[in-house]
Amino acid sequence: MDELIGEFLAETAESLDVIDSELVKFEANPSDRATLDNIFRLLHTIKGTCGFLALTRLEAVAHAGETLLGRFRDGSLVADSTAVTLVLQSLDRIKMILAGIETDGAEPQGDDSDLIAQLEALAEGRAVAPPIEIAPEPEPEPEPVPVNAAEPAPEDEGDGGFDADLGRPLRPGEVSLADLEAAFMSTPGPQEEDEAVELDAEPEAAAGDAHDDAPVPVKAAASSADTAQPAAANGARSSAAIRVNVDVLEGLMTTVSELVLARNQMQQLVHNTEDSVLKGPLQRLTSVTAELQDGVMKTRMQPVGDAWRKLPRIVRDACQDLGKKIRLIQDGEDTELDRQVLELIKDPLTHMIRNSCDHGIERPEVRAAAGKNETGTIRLSAYHEGGAIILKLTDDGAGLDAGRIREKALEKGLATPEELAGMSEAQIQRFIFAPGFSTAAAVTSLSGRGVGMDVVRTNIEQIGGAIDLSSAPGAGTTFTIKIPLTLAIISALIVDAGGARFAAPQLSVRELVRVGPDAPVKIETINGAHLIRLRDRLLPVASLANSLNPNAPAAETPEGFVVVLEAPGRRIGLIVDDVIDTVEIVVKPLSAQLRQTGVFSGATILGDGSVIMILDPNGLAQECAVEGETEALDNQAASAASALAASRQRLLLVRAGGTEPKAVPVSLITRLEDIDASTIEIVDGRHVVQYRDRLLPLSHAAGPGAFRTEGRQAVRVFAEDGRSAGVAVDAILDVVEESLDLELGSDRPGVIGSAIVQGKATEMLDIAWFMERAWDGAPQRSAARRTSRPAVLLVEADAFSRRMLAPLLAAAGYDVTVASGLHEARDAAQMGAHYDVLVGDPGALDRLTGEGLFADIPRLGIGEGHSGILEGFVAIMRPGDRGGLIAALDQAARAAA
Amino acid sequence: MAANDLIEYVTVRIGGQSFGVAVSDIREVFSPVAITPVPRAPVDIAGLLNLRGRIVSMVDARTRLGLPARSDDEPAMALGLEEGADLYGVLVDAVGEVLRLDPAAAEAAPGHLDPEWRTLVQGVHRLDGQLLAILDIRALIGRRSALAA
Repeated sequence: MDELIGEFLAETAESLDVIDSELVKFEANPSDRATLDNIFRLLHTIKGTCGFLALTRLEAVAHAGETLLGRFRDGSLVADSTAVTLVLQSLDRIKMILAGIETDGAEPQGDDSDLIAQLEALAEGRAVAPPIEIAPEPEPEPEPVPVNAAEPAPEDEGDGGFDADLGRPLRPGEVSLADLEAAFMSTPGPQEEDEAVELDAEPEAAAGDAHDDAPVPVKAAASSADTAQPAAANGARSSAAIRVNVDVLEGLMTTVSELVLARNQMQQLVHNTEDSVLKGPLQRLTSVTAELQDGVMKTRMQPVGDAWRKLPRIVRDACQDLGKKIRLIQDGEDTELDRQVLELIKDPLTHMIRNSCDHGIERPEVRAAAGKNETGTIRLSAYHEGGAIILKLTDDGAGLDAGRIREKALEKGLATPEELAGMSEAQIQRFIFAPGFSTAAAVTSLSGRGVGMDVVRTNIEQIGGAIDLSSAPGAGTTFTIKIPLTLAIISALIVDAGGARFAAPQLSVRELVRVGPDAPVKIETINGAHLIRLRDRLLPVASLANSLNPNAPAAETPEGFVVVLEAPGRRIGLIVDDVIDTVEIVVKPLSAQLRQTGVFSGATILGDGSVIMILDPNGLAQECAVEGETEALDNQAASAASALAASRQRLLLVRAGGTEPKAVPVSLITRLEDIDASTIEIVDGRHVVQYRDRLLPLSHAAGPGAFRTEGRQAVRVFAEDGRSAGVAVDAILDVVEESLDLELGSDRPGVIGSAIVQGKATEMLDIAWFMERAWDGAPQRSAARRTSRPAVLLVEADAFSRRMLAPLLAAAGYDVTVASGLHEARDAAQMGAHYDVLVGDPGALDRLTGEGLFADIPRLGIGEGHSGILEGFVAIMRPGDRGGLIAALDQAARAAA
Repeated sequence: MAANDLIEYVTVRIGGQSFGVAVSDIREVFSPVAITPVPRAPVDIAGLLNLRGRIVSMVDARTRLGLPARSDDEPAMALGLEEGADLYGVLVDAVGEVLRLDPAAAEAAPGHLDPEWRTLVQGVHRLDGQLLAILDIRALIGRRSALAA
């Protein structure tokens, strides 16, 4: 009997999930007969089984619910939201009772007469008493069902009794059943078929064989969702499906995993011997094992829709609670993935849907005001892509508010203002994945309880997945989740690094690049910070052996392969000595304390019996970002750690005349090029090179005489205003990250100032000056302009902004004087300096004007959220808008001239 | 004294000291081969090992007890035990005999013992000619995570 109840619980839980979502669908389209029939049949089956198992409390509730549904069916009642809410409540009650049975083995004590009375009253409402009092009642009731014994409305029960032919409390149900049967009789064709299936099912259930037919109604429900699928087909399937205990499947999977290992081992052995006798049988063993593996994997596969089934109900309840209108579109629910993975993504998905309802979709009036459809849309889609499942959750809501996220990140100390200033919108948006981050201004019943997207991200990364987002203000947000098909067996690339082998999940491997002195791609710099040029982009690379063990001796000239791994929003290159093989590996979890290393996601046993570690791309990417070896700061999670690295800047160290290194901010460099010196031509006294079908003007940082005439010439390419110029240097030395204290001012042309880099005073090259020189005589910029460069005073307290802006303005042909604060600006004013334009922090410029300094000079503000003090400014530009800034400056300078 | 009051201990040698480990704690004794070191693992984790298709985390008892590290050519044996779903192996120098001892005869660990040791040594048995420290091998496994955290 225990087992029977267990089966009943499992089966009923599935049915209830289906009913939940079907009801929501039905509510949206009350004329959808097929859906209603489906719901009705499922509830009826539950009721029948309850009766057989003597679960009287359940039976009573299910019966009352069914009665109400019967009214919808015979058309005597129209399903409105009140009625559907009531049915959903009775489902919740059923779930609660089921939970009680699950824990105690018996129905919990309790009284359902209130709920039943409401259901019955509503079922008969049209006929007799207007249930106006009852109707509003269920609405304020929240989603989880508290045992609501408050207003049992005895009056209604009385009404029900009066109306009933046969008796008082129990009778109303019976009467409805009679009605119902009458309705059954009068309904035409397809419905009779439905009924037939249902009748078939009942005797089976009664025979104690409930588990055999159970999957059938569920499957039928899922597939006949939209169209009234012939019930006969459903019936035929009952013999083709069986219910198997999950533990059996798990055990089978483990066994197959071991078999795969043994097969791998065997392959290794045969590979090492000349004995060809074994080769034939091994071949067969291999193919049979593969088939078996496929087959067992299939038994573990479930449509992703199974994890989505609760979502329509969640969205519906959210709509009611929040007063929003939201449509949920599901796409690709047939996409299959491993049950284990499915279980693990259920909660994150639910959380994200709630988030979308709560924070994403705006209220109807807000949407209407913004010119959008009042009904918001959340689209959930799933599809396969290269051995992974991609889940996309898109809403057409308000999008993420980067401004608020920025404030919050500051408030929570996740990043410094300097770091934030250097981040793109996308980078800032990713802060929502940072631990402890939540932007909800108000805590609602749905979300915003402090656990947020960081938990979602952690859950997803735990199963080897990745999550990323894109969002446009006003247009909505898209979350993209990439998860492996299965956790048990994955395809991996085996690499050798520092004498040890490691497995890199193929899912994350973007490409392999051969590097070394003889290879087309070379590692550019040494000293712990390596770079390679990959299709004209600089990719930071790190030696895997050194990353894992900083004490390992660093190879002088690393050669081998770079494995390019992809983690959300960032990419890292790992230098390995060799790439050995691609194999299917069985992922074995690590024991608790080895998980703390953060760079391994598991271990596996190779064909030769040895144990190797599986690399965790997410962990490695974070790690390298902290070390400053990935694309700078393009990483949301390491921000807390890199807060230490506040206002650090990456510098390219070069040698150009003399032995002292000179530095250029990496952010100003578009590319590093290595040009054959013989291709450099001198045209009209200027050095140029043919570069991508265009002439690239060159200047040499050590003067025109320093160009090489043979061999390779290292060139950094800078772009400005869509034009490029190259600055040649003797050698590129290194990329370093330093917190700069730049001392501006130098009497030497081409040098902005100096700073301490790696403990040595290093000259900072004035890129603008070199670009000017390279462009010298170029028609775009008149010589006259250069002889009298407009003077600009840049007042900016923020060091990072200063460093970004000063070279930019200089590159645009302005003579820039930098003031790091008001006092410096005042000093400049007292010394009688003249400027054509003031640029900088609007607040500071306003104060200067207030003090009567530089009063009649055009002012150009740079900053955000300063619209209040626009008066007296030429314009207020956003810091990121380089093009706009230069255009505005040009205009202001012309006006001043 | 009834026989069932006695506890079976397997004696092991770790860095010159004899220890007793309750047999009931141990799943098996095996000879460790081909341990894969895990970069960045806590120092007392010697690495991972394949034991008939299962992955075993190897804990070096010497490092754990603060004794000099083992050189590569020194022989080693391992005690295998299960902790939850994880399989652990404790590396020792040698495994000796199995003794049946009365727990009541054990004396408390001496007060002046290294505090690290005192958390791992449950008591001391006086045997003929030597002292046998009873090693709490579960604590030896369990503490690692605390150490690493």
